[in-house]
Amino acid sequence: MLQKDILVIGAGPAGLAASIEAGKSGAKVLLVDLNMQPGGQLFKQIHKFFGSSAHHSGMRGFQIGTQLLEEAREAHVEIWMQSTVIGIFPGKKIGIEREAADGSKELLTIQARKIILATGASENAIRFQGWTAPGVMGAGAAQTMINVNHVLPGKKVVMLGSGNVGLIVSYQLMQAGCDVAALIEAAPKIGGYAVHAAKIRRAGVPIYIKHTITKALLDTDGCLRGCIIAQVDEHFHPVPGTEKEIACDTITLAAGLRPVTDLAKLAGCRLTYNGAFGGWLPLHNKKMETSETGIFTAGDSTGVEEANTALEEGKLAGISAAEELGLLSCEIANTQREEIWARLHSLRLGPFGERRMLEKEHILAEYASKIGISVLSE
Amino acid sequence: MCMRIENHVIFNCDHTGISVEIIVDGKTVAAFEGEPILASLLAAGIKINRYTVKRQEPRGLFCGIGQCTDCAMIVDGKANVRTCITPVKAGMIIKTQKGLAKEE
Repeated sequence: MLQKDILVIGAGPAGLAASIEAGKSGAKVLLVDLNMQPGGQLFKQIHKFFGSSAHHSGMRGFQIGTQLLEEAREAHVEIWMQSTVIGIFPGKKIGIEREAADGSKELLTIQARKIILATGASENAIRFQGWTAPGVMGAGAAQTMINVNHVLPGKKVVMLGSGNVGLIVSYQLMQAGCDVAALIEAAPKIGGYAVHAAKIRRAGVPIYIKHTITKALLDTDGCLRGCIIAQVDEHFHPVPGTEKEIACDTITLAAGLRPVTDLAKLAGCRLTYNGAFGGWLPLHNKKMETSETGIFTAGDSTGVEEANTALEEGKLAGISAAEELGLLSCEIANTQREEIWARLHSLRLGPFGERRMLEKEHILAEYASKIGISVLSE
Repeated sequence: MCMRIENHVIFNCDHTGISVEIIVDGKTVAAFEGEPILASLLAAGIKINRYTVKRQEPRGLFCGIGQCTDCAMIVDGKANVRTCITPVKAGMIIKTQKGLAKEE
C-alpha cells in the first residue's frame, strides 16, 4: 500500500492551496482529482478578480490557476489527475480508481496520515417541463465548454438566474460568440453585482425580472428549440396569460451551487445545514478540521463562496494538517492561521459577504458545542 | 455548422492537441487529441449522448465536470463513460448509449 503524509482530494483552488502549504512544510502530499486538468473551476474564470492585491485583484482566474500549479510544482506536490476516490475506509485508507499507462483502469489503496477534502460544489438545477432535454445545462457547464474547451454549447441562449454566475456567464457567452436571447430572474431584482448587470444591459440583452421558465420546447429529436417564460406572482407562481415564447437552442441554469459532501459523509464527518452556504456541509473548526480527527476540509465543499475564500481556507487546512504531523510548530501555525482568518474576514464583508461571516461564526460555534473546543475558537 | 470558437478577445483558441479522427455511431468526426470527447461532439453539432433506461429520453451535456453522468456514452466498447472528463484518443469508437447498454 502506498503511504502518504497527506492525501488532498480535489485540485481546485482549495485543494491546491492546501497542498502547497503542506508541501512547503515538508509533508509528502498526494493531490488527486477526477478531472483531466488541475485547477478546478479557475481555468474557466476569464474575468478579472476584484478586491485587494492579497486576493489577486486584476488577475484572471486562469492566470491564478497557472501560478498555483507552478507553486505546487515548487512545493513537490504529487498530482494525479483522472483519479476518482471511490472510498474512504477506517484508518484513513483511501480507494482510488485511476487510469493506468495502458489506458485501463486500476484500483489503488493509499494509506494517508491526514486527509483534506476539497471536493468543491455542484450546480443546483431548476425543474420545469422538459428541463432534462439536451440543450438545458448548468451555467457552469456552458462556461466550461466555451472558456476551457473553446466550443459553443449552442448558438442562442436563455440564461435563468441573475446572480453573479448568471451575469458573468451571460457576458462570457456573448464574448464567445453566442446570442443571449434573454436573462430570466424570478426575484423582483437582479441578484448579482450591479457592475456585471450593467454589462449585460449595455449589450442589449432583454432582462425579465419576476419571470421564470415554465416549459422547454423540444424538437422532434428531443433537443431544445425554445422555451415558454411567464411572469410570477409574489409566491413565485406563474401568472396565467403572461406566457411568452422565446426561441433558443440552449438554456443555462444559474440557480446557485451546493457543497459536494459525498466523501465527507463516507468518511463519517458530521454535517450541518446552512442556507447561506448552499446546504449541507461538514462541520468544521478554525483549523478546518471536521468531526473526524485528522480529516480536514476547505473551499466550496465547506460552504459555497468564491475562489479567494477557497484559497484561504485551503491554506488553513494545509497548515493545520502539517501542524498535526509535527512539521510546523503550534506557534507558527497559530500565527499563520490568525493572519489567514483576518484576510478571510476582509473577504466576508459587504452586502454579499457579511451574512456568510455571521453564518461561519454559527458553524464554528456549533462545532465547539457538538464536537469540542479547538485551539483557536473561543 | 462549426461550433468551435476561432477568435476570442481574452484567450488564445489554438488547440494544443493534434488533429485526429474519431468514429461516432459509424460516422467520422474531426477532433483534437486530449480534449474531452464531449467537446469534439459539440463541435460537430452532436448534442445527444445517451437515451434513458425507462423512457428512452435523450440526454446531453448538463454539468460538464463529471458529476451528473448525463453525457455517458459507449467508448471503445465500454459503457457509462463520462465523455465530459474523458480525453479523445485517435480512432476512438464512440456510440450513443441506449439505456444500460447491456447488449454491448
